[in-house]
Amino acid sequence: MMSDALHFHYDVDGNNFTSAGEASVQIKRMLRQMGYHPDLIRRISVAMYEGEINMVIHAKGGDADVYVEPDCITVILKDVGPGIKDVNLAMQEGYSTAPDNIRSLGFGAGMGLPNMKRYSDELKIDSVVGVGTTIEMKFRSA
Amino acid sequence: MTIREMAERINATVYAEPDQLDEDLKGAFGSDMMSDVLAFAENRDVLLTGLLNPQIVRTAHMLDMRCIIIVRGKSATDEIKRLAAENQIALLETPLSMYEASGKLYEGGLGK
Repeated sequence: MMSDALHFHYDVDGNNFTSAGEASVQIKRMLRQMGYHPDLIRRISVAMYEGEINMVIHAKGGDADVYVEPDCITVILKDVGPGIKDVNLAMQEGYSTAPDNIRSLGFGAGMGLPNMKRYSDELKIDSVVGVGTTIEMKFRSA
Repeated sequence: MTIREMAERINATVYAEPDQLDEDLKGAFGSDMMSDVLAFAENRDVLLTGLLNPQIVRTAHMLDMRCIIIVRGKSATDEIKRLAAENQIALLETPLSMYEASGKLYEGGLGK
Protein backbone atom coordinates (compact mmCIF):
# COMPACT_ATOMS: atom_id res chain seq x y z
CA MET A 1 0.00 0.00 0.00
CA MET A 2 2.87 2.34 0.72
CA SER A 3 5.13 0.87 -1.95
CA ASP A 4 5.14 4.05 -4.02
CA ALA A 5 5.68 6.29 -1.02
CA LEU A 6 8.87 8.23 -0.40
CA HIS A 7 10.40 6.84 2.77
CA PHE A 8 12.47 8.80 5.27
CA HIS A 9 14.12 7.23 8.30
CA TYR A 10 15.51 8.90 11.40
CA ASP A 11 17.18 7.57 14.53
CA VAL A 12 15.82 9.42 17.54
CA ASP A 13 18.63 9.76 20.09
CA GLY A 14 17.27 8.97 23.54
CA ASN A 15 20.23 10.32 25.46
CA ASN A 16 20.03 13.89 24.32
CA PHE A 17 17.02 15.97 25.26
CA THR A 18 18.52 19.02 23.56
CA SER A 19 18.42 17.38 20.14
CA ALA A 20 14.92 15.96 20.59
CA GLY A 21 12.78 17.20 17.74
CA GLU A 22 15.46 17.25 15.07
CA ALA A 23 13.69 14.62 12.95
CA SER A 24 10.50 16.69 13.05
CA VAL A 25 12.46 19.79 12.02
CA GLN A 26 13.87 17.93 9.02
CA ILE A 27 10.48 16.54 7.99
CA LYS A 28 8.96 20.00 8.28
CA ARG A 29 11.65 21.45 6.04
CA MET A 30 11.28 18.68 3.50
CA LEU A 31 7.47 18.86 3.31
CA ARG A 32 7.78 22.62 2.79
CA GLN A 33 10.11 22.04 -0.11
CA MET A 34 7.64 19.57 -1.55
CA GLY A 35 4.96 22.25 -1.40
CA TYR A 36 2.46 20.76 1.04
CA HIS A 37 -0.06 23.12 2.66
CA PRO A 38 1.34 24.94 5.73
CA ASP A 39 -1.60 23.81 7.92
CA LEU A 40 -0.95 20.17 7.06
CA ILE A 41 2.77 20.57 7.65
CA ARG A 42 2.11 22.18 11.02
CA ARG A 43 -0.18 19.33 12.10
CA ILE A 44 2.38 16.73 11.07
CA SER A 45 5.37 18.43 12.64
CA VAL A 46 3.65 19.15 15.97
CA ALA A 47 2.35 15.58 16.29
CA MET A 48 5.67 14.06 15.30
CA TYR A 49 7.54 16.38 17.64
CA GLU A 50 5.36 15.26 20.56
CA GLY A 51 6.09 11.66 19.59
CA GLU A 52 9.81 12.29 19.44
CA ILE A 53 9.76 13.98 22.84
CA ASN A 54 7.83 11.00 24.25
CA MET A 55 10.41 8.56 22.88
CA VAL A 56 13.22 10.55 24.49
CA ILE A 57 11.40 10.93 27.83
CA HIS A 58 10.10 7.40 28.20
CA ALA A 59 11.95 5.04 25.91
CA LYS A 60 15.58 6.08 25.42
CA GLY A 61 14.82 7.00 21.82
CA GLY A 62 13.76 4.88 18.88
CA ASP A 63 13.04 4.93 15.16
CA ALA A 64 11.00 7.46 13.24
CA ASP A 65 9.83 6.53 9.76
CA VAL A 66 7.88 8.85 7.52
CA TYR A 67 6.13 7.74 4.33
CA VAL A 68 5.11 10.51 1.99
CA GLU A 69 2.41 9.93 -0.59
CA PRO A 70 0.73 12.75 -2.50
CA ASP A 71 -2.50 12.68 -0.47
CA CYS A 72 -1.37 10.98 2.75
CA ILE A 73 1.60 11.19 5.05
CA THR A 74 2.23 8.40 7.52
CA VAL A 75 4.48 8.78 10.55
CA ILE A 76 5.56 5.64 12.41
CA LEU A 77 7.38 5.98 15.72
CA LYS A 78 8.77 2.78 17.16
CA ASP A 79 10.58 2.29 20.42
CA VAL A 80 11.65 -0.59 22.63
CA GLY A 81 10.80 1.27 25.83
CA PRO A 82 8.72 0.18 28.81
CA GLY A 83 5.39 0.25 26.94
CA ILE A 84 2.16 1.95 27.97
CA LYS A 85 0.29 0.13 30.75
CA ASP A 86 -3.11 1.71 30.14
CA VAL A 87 -3.53 3.33 26.75
CA ASN A 88 -6.98 4.77 27.57
CA LEU A 89 -5.56 6.47 30.64
CA ALA A 90 -2.57 7.77 28.67
CA MET A 91 -4.96 9.31 26.15
CA GLN A 92 -6.57 11.48 28.85
CA GLU A 93 -5.42 15.09 28.87
CA GLY A 94 -3.31 15.74 31.93
CA TYR A 95 -2.38 12.15 32.69
CA SER A 96 1.38 11.75 32.75
CA THR A 97 3.97 9.31 34.02
CA ALA A 98 6.89 11.59 33.16
CA PRO A 99 9.36 12.22 35.97
CA ASP A 100 9.58 15.66 37.60
CA ASN A 101 12.85 16.55 35.90
CA ILE A 102 11.03 16.33 32.56
CA ARG A 103 8.33 18.70 33.79
CA SER A 104 11.02 21.23 34.64
CA LEU A 105 12.04 21.02 30.96
CA GLY A 106 8.55 22.04 29.86
CA PHE A 107 7.08 18.65 29.01
CA GLY A 108 5.24 15.90 30.85
CA ALA A 109 1.95 17.76 31.20
CA GLY A 110 0.04 14.77 29.92
CA MET A 111 -0.72 16.41 26.59
CA GLY A 112 1.55 14.37 24.31
CA LEU A 113 -0.73 11.57 23.16
CA PRO A 114 -3.87 13.80 23.23
CA ASN A 115 -2.01 16.28 21.02
CA MET A 116 -1.00 13.53 18.61
CA LYS A 117 -4.65 12.50 18.37
CA ARG A 118 -5.76 16.11 18.00
CA TYR A 119 -3.41 16.86 15.12
CA SER A 120 -3.57 13.57 13.19
CA ASP A 121 -6.40 12.11 11.12
CA GLU A 122 -5.73 8.61 12.39
CA LEU A 123 -3.76 7.42 15.40
CA LYS A 124 -2.92 3.80 16.15
CA ILE A 125 -1.08 2.80 19.31
CA ASP A 126 0.40 -0.65 19.59
CA SER A 127 2.06 -1.04 22.96
CA VAL A 128 3.20 -4.04 24.97
CA VAL A 129 4.52 -3.54 28.50
CA GLY A 130 8.17 -4.50 28.66
CA VAL A 131 8.47 -4.76 24.87
CA GLY A 132 7.83 -1.33 23.42
CA THR A 133 5.45 1.00 21.67
CA THR A 134 4.68 1.67 18.03
CA ILE A 135 2.62 4.67 17.12
CA GLU A 136 1.25 5.17 13.63
CA MET A 137 -0.24 8.49 12.60
CA LYS A 138 -1.85 9.33 9.30
CA PHE A 139 -2.34 12.81 7.93
CA ARG A 140 -4.42 13.42 4.85
CA SER A 141 -4.10 16.42 2.64
CA ALA A 142 -7.65 17.64 2.23
CA MET B 1 1.80 44.48 16.48
CA THR B 2 5.37 44.68 15.21
CA ILE B 3 8.41 43.39 17.07
CA ARG B 4 9.67 46.96 17.20
CA GLU B 5 6.52 48.05 19.03
CA MET B 6 6.51 45.02 21.31
CA ALA B 7 10.10 45.69 22.36
CA GLU B 8 9.21 49.28 23.25
CA ARG B 9 6.16 48.29 25.28
CA ILE B 10 7.94 45.70 27.40
CA ASN B 11 11.38 47.29 27.47
CA ALA B 12 12.93 44.30 25.72
CA THR B 13 16.32 43.49 24.26
CA VAL B 14 15.88 42.23 20.70
CA TYR B 15 17.75 39.53 18.83
CA ALA B 16 16.45 39.64 15.27
CA GLU B 17 17.30 40.58 11.71
CA PRO B 18 16.26 44.09 10.62
CA ASP B 19 13.68 42.72 8.18
CA GLN B 20 11.86 40.95 11.05
CA LEU B 21 11.25 44.10 13.08
CA ASP B 22 8.26 45.46 11.16
CA GLU B 23 6.43 42.23 10.46
CA ASP B 24 2.87 42.44 11.78
CA LEU B 25 2.37 39.69 14.37
CA LYS B 26 -0.99 38.40 15.51
CA GLY B 27 -1.83 36.57 18.68
CA ALA B 28 0.30 35.36 21.55
CA PHE B 29 0.40 32.56 24.09
CA GLY B 30 2.20 32.50 27.43
CA SER B 31 3.34 29.33 29.20
CA ASP B 32 6.36 27.58 30.65
CA MET B 33 4.82 24.27 29.70
CA MET B 34 5.65 23.48 26.07
CA SER B 35 3.12 20.63 25.95
CA ASP B 36 0.40 23.19 26.61
CA VAL B 37 1.79 25.52 23.99
CA LEU B 38 1.63 22.70 21.47
CA ALA B 39 -1.94 21.96 22.52
CA PHE B 40 -3.39 25.45 22.70
CA ALA B 41 -1.31 27.95 20.74
CA GLU B 42 -2.10 27.16 17.11
CA ASN B 43 -2.24 30.23 14.87
CA ARG B 44 -0.52 32.55 17.33
CA ASP B 45 2.68 34.29 16.32
CA VAL B 46 4.26 35.05 19.69
CA LEU B 47 5.33 32.82 22.57
CA LEU B 48 5.97 34.26 26.03
CA THR B 49 7.89 31.93 28.31
CA GLY B 50 10.20 31.82 31.29
CA LEU B 51 11.55 28.42 30.28
CA LEU B 52 15.12 28.39 29.03
CA ASN B 53 16.01 25.43 26.89
CA PRO B 54 16.29 24.81 23.15
CA GLN B 55 12.88 23.14 23.08
CA ILE B 56 11.21 26.55 23.36
CA VAL B 57 12.56 27.29 19.87
CA ARG B 58 11.58 23.87 18.51
CA THR B 59 8.08 24.28 19.92
CA ALA B 60 7.72 27.74 18.39
CA HIS B 61 9.14 26.49 15.10
CA MET B 62 6.72 23.54 14.92
CA LEU B 63 3.79 25.94 15.34
CA ASP B 64 5.20 28.42 12.79
CA MET B 65 5.49 31.10 15.47
CA ARG B 66 7.53 34.18 14.62
CA CYS B 67 8.75 35.50 17.96
CA ILE B 68 9.72 34.26 21.44
CA ILE B 69 9.66 36.61 24.41
CA ILE B 70 11.74 35.44 27.36
CA VAL B 71 10.29 36.92 30.54
CA ARG B 72 11.42 37.57 34.14
CA GLY B 73 14.79 39.03 33.20
CA LYS B 74 16.30 35.77 32.04
CA SER B 75 18.88 35.61 29.27
CA ALA B 76 18.70 33.30 26.28
CA THR B 77 21.54 30.81 26.03
CA ASP B 78 23.80 30.81 22.96
CA GLU B 79 22.16 27.58 21.81
CA ILE B 80 18.71 29.20 22.01
CA LYS B 81 19.94 32.26 20.10
CA ARG B 82 21.57 30.12 17.44
CA LEU B 83 18.47 27.93 16.93
CA ALA B 84 16.16 30.94 16.83
CA ALA B 85 18.30 32.75 14.24
CA GLU B 86 18.55 29.57 12.17
CA ASN B 87 14.75 29.36 12.04
CA GLN B 88 14.11 33.09 11.55
CA ILE B 89 12.38 33.41 14.91
CA ALA B 90 12.91 36.75 16.65
CA LEU B 91 14.02 36.63 20.31
CA LEU B 92 13.11 39.24 22.90
CA GLU B 93 14.24 39.43 26.52
CA THR B 94 12.20 41.46 28.97
CA PRO B 95 12.76 42.17 32.66
CA LEU B 96 8.97 42.02 33.19
CA SER B 97 7.06 39.04 34.55
CA MET B 98 4.91 37.01 32.17
CA TYR B 99 1.81 38.61 33.69
CA GLU B 100 3.09 42.16 33.25
CA ALA B 101 4.48 41.58 29.76
CA SER B 102 1.25 39.88 28.62
CA GLY B 103 -0.81 42.72 30.08
CA LYS B 104 1.14 45.43 28.32
CA LEU B 105 1.08 43.64 24.98
CA TYR B 106 -2.62 42.84 25.22
CA GLU B 107 -3.39 46.41 26.19
CA GLY B 108 -1.50 47.50 23.08
CA GLY B 109 -3.74 45.32 20.94
CA LEU B 110 -1.77 42.08 20.53
CA GLY B 111 -4.25 39.20 20.53
CA LYS B 112 -7.24 41.43 21.20
